Amino acid sequence: MKILVCISHVPDTTSKINFTDGGTKFDTNGVQFIIGPYDDYALARAIELKESIAGTTVTVLNVGLGDTEPTIRKALAIGADDAIRVNAEPTDSFFVASQIAANAQGYDLILMGRESIDYNGGVVHAMVGEMLGMPSLSPVMKLDIEGTKVKMSREIEGGKESVEANLPLVAGCQEPIAEWKIPNMRGIMSARTKPLKVVEATSSDKSVITQKYELPAPKGAVKMISADNVAELVNLLKTEAKVL
Amino acid sequence: MAVLVFVEVGEGKVRKSSLEAVAYAHLMGGGVTAIALGTVAASELESLGKYGAQKVLHVADSKLDQPVIQAYASVLAKAMQDENADVLVLANSSLATPVGAKVAIKAKGSFASNVVELPSTTSGFVVKRSIYTGKAFSMVEMKNQKKVIVLKKNAAEAKEVGGTAQIVPYSVALSDVDFATKITATEKASGDILLPEAEIVVSGGRGLKGPEHWGILEDLAKALHAATGCSKPVSDMNWRPHHEHVGQTGVKVAPQLYIAIGISGAIQHLAGVNSSKCIVVINKDPEAPFFKAADYGIVGDAFDVLPKLTEAVKSMK
Repeated sequence: MKILVCISHVPDTTSKINFTDGGTKFDTNGVQFIIGPYDDYALARAIELKESIAGTTVTVLNVGLGDTEPTIRKALAIGADDAIRVNAEPTDSFFVASQIAANAQGYDLILMGRESIDYNGGVVHAMVGEMLGMPSLSPVMKLDIEGTKVKMSREIEGGKESVEANLPLVAGCQEPIAEWKIPNMRGIMSARTKPLKVVEATSSDKSVITQKYELPAPKGAVKMISADNVAELVNLLKTEAKVL
Repeated sequence: MAVLVFVEVGEGKVRKSSLEAVAYAHLMGGGVTAIALGTVAASELESLGKYGAQKVLHVADSKLDQPVIQAYASVLAKAMQDENADVLVLANSSLATPVGAKVAIKAKGSFASNVVELPSTTSGFVVKRSIYTGKAFSMVEMKNQKKVIVLKKNAAEAKEVGGTAQIVPYSVALSDVDFATKITATEKASGDILLPEAEIVVSGGRGLKGPEHWGILEDLAKALHAATGCSKPVSDMNWRPHHEHVGQTGVKVAPQLYIAIGISGAIQHLAGVNSSKCIVVINKDPEAPFFKAADYGIVGDAFDVLPKLTEAVKSMK
């Protein structure tokens, strides 16, 4: 089986978000970039499948400029066999999905996170599925393969749903599909020499254009209330905040 | 501008988030057609008129009682064409968001999710999206003629504007491909208020010291008709189920009121709650970072403050 895992290169979850150039550019100053946390779950599940199903290979794909290569090497260190980098800035869901679809020929299973934690579109998997004519599902919390059948559990509002489909398939993943894997020394050493192919983007007109970014309005000061006077809190929630 | 709105039905009822979507479409101006799939009472659909829908297409196919994403996408893409709709509006959900994305591909349209405000149409068609898990916004121009917009919770208030809707039966021929994913079972936490949709959320963290102490938190939640949530360490330790985990990698909530008890306020937790209208933090550590993100704070022990707060809420009513 051939598995493609699509990873995003995103700011660490503890990052402070800022913009420069009049709100048109993300400020990378002091920001640590990581494999998208949801993509990391997808990758971990792919490696588990590779370990349990003979003849399985795992390719990672990232849409990004050259600065994403350390993130891709980390995915190789975790256990992917080879990698593809589409040399383009991942500006929006449709553009990224188009690049993935253009490079996804021949894969039986395409995994990625439920969403990237930068733009939070949460739809690349659905778009890739639609572009390739494959079923797609997200957020998948459990994924098992029996022959060509895939059994999944998907989170829905206030519960979960069990779903079956046949390969080929696209899935957006989230915990607890697998435990994150930490690369070991041998993995890190071998990742340096694993193949990383760079391909150019298919020319694709943008259907959306990000004009600028904004930060939320700063929060006002917190109003402290004595622990001996909780009735005052209830009163304020009712009369001042008007939320009760 | 003709707008089509997807109305999601859960257990025979129109979901509240869909009413917000109808209200949003109404505020955009132009004609509003709603579409509902599966079994739902006519009275439920008629009520959409009050929120601004002029027409409601109803696909009364019991095969669509199950939320099969591909089939829903095929129906909506066809309806968008038949109704000559320029814009499709959906309210974010585990069903609606992927459906919207697929319709955008089928219709060769521009797509935007997590939209928080009405579009600005003074120069192009620009929507404001929530990004970086609520830590920032982007202004996005949707260039294609057809547009699909998925709304974040609270993008519009579900306000009654009066009016009546005409219900029109509608059908689309579906194929096996539309049902390639089979839903074999659905498990729902019954009787609880759904966390993603709750107007009030009461969340507990490690400060509660153990799952056996959740009773006092549940008492408060009950008095407030609130959903219960928790921090990541709490769900990681299996004190509470994973679907209650609020935060960057868990459920993102946007209630009117979020009450955090014994949660220090790690940046990953804040990312899941920063769309809340009002935040109350109760923590015995006055240095807890969560106080900086709060509207109201109480420094105190949860085991002392919670029962008193529950009593105060009860006596208010």
